[in-house]
Amino acid sequence: MTDPLLVDLSRLQFALTAMYHFLFVPLTLGLSILVAMMETVYVMTRRKIWRDMTKFWGLLFGINFALGVATGLTMEFQFGMNWAYYSHYVGDVFGAPLAIEGLMAFFLEATFVGLFFFGWDKLTALSHCIVTWLMALGTNFSALWILIANGWMQNPVGSTFNPDTMRMEVTDFAAVIFNPVAQAKFVHTVSAGYVCGAVFVLGVSAFYILRGRHLELAKRSFAIAAAFGLASALSVVVLGDESGYAVTDHQKMKLAAMEAMWHTEPAPAAFTAVGIPDLESRTTRYALHIPYAMGLIGTRSLTTEIPGITELVAHAKDRIRNGLVAYAALERIKADRTDAEARAEFARTQVDLGYAQLLKPLIGDPLKANEADIDRAAWSTVPHVPSLFFTFRAMVACGFLLIGLFGAALWYTAREAEAPRWLFRAALFALPLPWIAIEFGWFVAEFGRQPWIIEGVLPTALATSELGIPSLLITIAGFTLVYGVLAVIEVQLMLRAIAKGPETLADDPAALFPGAGTNRNDAGLVAAE
Amino acid sequence: MLALLSDYETLRLVWWVLLGVLLIGFALTDGFDLGVGALLPFVGRTDVERRVAIHTVSATWEGNQVWLVLGGGAIFAAWPALYALSFSGFYLAMFLVLFALILRPVAFKYRSKRESAVWRARWDWALFVGGAVPALIFGVAVGNVLQGVPFHFTSDLRPIYGGSLLGLLNPLALLCGLVSLAMLVAHGAAWLAFKAEGPVAERARAIGLKASLATAALFALGGLLIWAGAFGGYRVVTPLPGDGPSNPLTKAVVADAGAWLANFWAHPALALVPLFGIAGPLLAALGFRARHEGLTFLASSLGIACIIATVGLSMFPVILPSNTHPGHALTVFDASSSRATLRNMLIATVIFLPIILAYTAWVYRVLWGKVSNRDITAPGSAAY
Repeated sequence: MTDPLLVDLSRLQFALTAMYHFLFVPLTLGLSILVAMMETVYVMTRRKIWRDMTKFWGLLFGINFALGVATGLTMEFQFGMNWAYYSHYVGDVFGAPLAIEGLMAFFLEATFVGLFFFGWDKLTALSHCIVTWLMALGTNFSALWILIANGWMQNPVGSTFNPDTMRMEVTDFAAVIFNPVAQAKFVHTVSAGYVCGAVFVLGVSAFYILRGRHLELAKRSFAIAAAFGLASALSVVVLGDESGYAVTDHQKMKLAAMEAMWHTEPAPAAFTAVGIPDLESRTTRYALHIPYAMGLIGTRSLTTEIPGITELVAHAKDRIRNGLVAYAALERIKADRTDAEARAEFARTQVDLGYAQLLKPLIGDPLKANEADIDRAAWSTVPHVPSLFFTFRAMVACGFLLIGLFGAALWYTAREAEAPRWLFRAALFALPLPWIAIEFGWFVAEFGRQPWIIEGVLPTALATSELGIPSLLITIAGFTLVYGVLAVIEVQLMLRAIAKGPETLADDPAALFPGAGTNRNDAGLVAAE
Repeated sequence: MLALLSDYETLRLVWWVLLGVLLIGFALTDGFDLGVGALLPFVGRTDVERRVAIHTVSATWEGNQVWLVLGGGAIFAAWPALYALSFSGFYLAMFLVLFALILRPVAFKYRSKRESAVWRARWDWALFVGGAVPALIFGVAVGNVLQGVPFHFTSDLRPIYGGSLLGLLNPLALLCGLVSLAMLVAHGAAWLAFKAEGPVAERARAIGLKASLATAALFALGGLLIWAGAFGGYRVVTPLPGDGPSNPLTKAVVADAGAWLANFWAHPALALVPLFGIAGPLLAALGFRARHEGLTFLASSLGIACIIATVGLSMFPVILPSNTHPGHALTVFDASSSRATLRNMLIATVIFLPIILAYTAWVYRVLWGKVSNRDITAPGSAAY
């Protein structure tokens, strides 16, 4: 049996590297589209200011993009390095979207990002704009395919366990691609990325406006970010992740845990706005309820019940018992591959095989389980309620604050009125909000998936490589050190580039890169208009 | 085409070939980026010269690197057990590769962001590590694969690896590491000779000449050692049905020092591949001397493709041999994905690969032409 410490360290490393990677990806998603939109306006109007904007935000995009690429490599390798059993167990299904992501998205993005930076004087304005859009398209395709892979971890459709190869194999690839959880996640995640890019442009522009610098560029950027940001933020909420939560047992469990809904309530359930979930007594203390809201959010209906944690645990117990039948049949198949009766029994019960595997980390051999073990295994399907309860609320709060901000920004922009200074200050101070929301969102989705690495199919505790603890400690320390140093450098470069501002760009289109040109006159900006 | 899409054995063979295509694609494209990184301190003495060298790859290395990312994804999808075993077994070596490759994008992008000489020298160092370390380690990994690595599976097919990082660094594996380093340095030099002007190209020619000769000599030495049985070899002794289940526990394999030559004895025409593995770098050496840059680059590419193909052909049908449990070795016919996945992935590849090649070719055409000191120092230069 795998050392629990090894499992914890593998999870820690994955969480660290994934959440770090995800500091850069959303900004890449959002800025690539915003930059492409700005360049489109340039191509349509041929007004130089829009090209300056494209280049300035493109410069910041590039600083961020480099780290997204660097940390993305880790993600592509890490499944095999740290999750070898997982890779064997689900590679047949999970690997394909990753490979298609490379074919369809990464090549597009990475091939055209070079031309985006170095093709200004080699391409016509229209060709360059198309290059920019292809780069942005590649970025968004990559989000699509990685979320199809992730969606399958949350809702493993279109696949079945093959006892001859001892792994999950695809039966319906179209079902994997059109997985409703994956579709909901894709829209939710790219919209969140757009929000991130919009807040970034809004906040930096607000900084310039407050300082009275680069007003031509800042005001236009502020306006475009406000409009794009509001649309995206509404999309995050309305087309949000929750539409996927009614689909499977564990998605229901995640929903119940997020809401600290210990018991099923009559539909439509109330939403617990605040409270303190208590794991010991399995109740939520000091709860403030909003009637009906939960039922509406969770099911988009007034009559559909949302099951509570206790009821879902009881259901998990049934599935464990059924899974034990499958597990026993599989052992018989392993002993005698021609045992037709065992194969028939396995085929009938295999959908719950994963539930029997929940017993492995607890007692080693699932077939030796007694009632108390089954009870413990069933309760292990409940993710940590308080952390999900609070992070989910923090994420939602950030989202609504940003909708308010974008709404106010768009209100003043649309009326062509001079916006009050407090709004620009708010935009500046709102800069960290999308990252907080996004990292919490990641946490809710993936920590909420526990104890499963593939919901209902494979428990996380079984999925790691058989590595030594020292190896893990070395790589965790190594990643922390490298990523830490790179983060400091990245933020410094970003701040320098922002402090320096866009004025060097105005006259000389190629002087985008520091150290390259000597042409730095503020007059350029005025001349540009 | 339709028969091809439904026959499991054919699909497995196609994916074995595609595995080679991906590795060769990576070595031919990102290989010269790695080589340029490793050569950077030697071909460029001043900052402008180094920027010339960097600018020969600055717009295209990112796309080239996707061959490696795609390689990772495609091995995961088409050969999941290989992905699971090699990446976790070579854990710390993979970490070193990652460490080096993480430095690279950042170094390219951030080097020029400040004027400070210390700042730039540090990123030059990062580019050197980012080029040389992966080039060496990929070869070391292949050297270990040829000798067999210590792994086995439990009855649940959980892979268990019993080796260590130091165990990977044995003399034979290091020889393969040097072949890989030499061939990618030569390839990088061929690219610099082709794409750069002035002293950078001159120095690249001088180093490239030596690196090509070293590639040919080291690869030939490796071949002799295989002939002498130094690397060992493994032979599958039970039938391997082409459409059998992907379960590596159902066959028998024996250690046999002559096994890695068996395919060449059975099909003598295949010997052309290792011969071109030697002739390619020798021709490249001639090209460096004769200042025939286009020919040099093509010859270097041919050599690399044949060197990588030689490894695959020697081991076929074995992909990853085990030296502790030979029967658990991964082969083409018992370590692949399911038929459906191989078919789906092939359809995706047939659709997207031509598109990728087309737009990549277009990008190279747009960026066609030599990079000189003037391109770097001209006012408004966009170079890194």
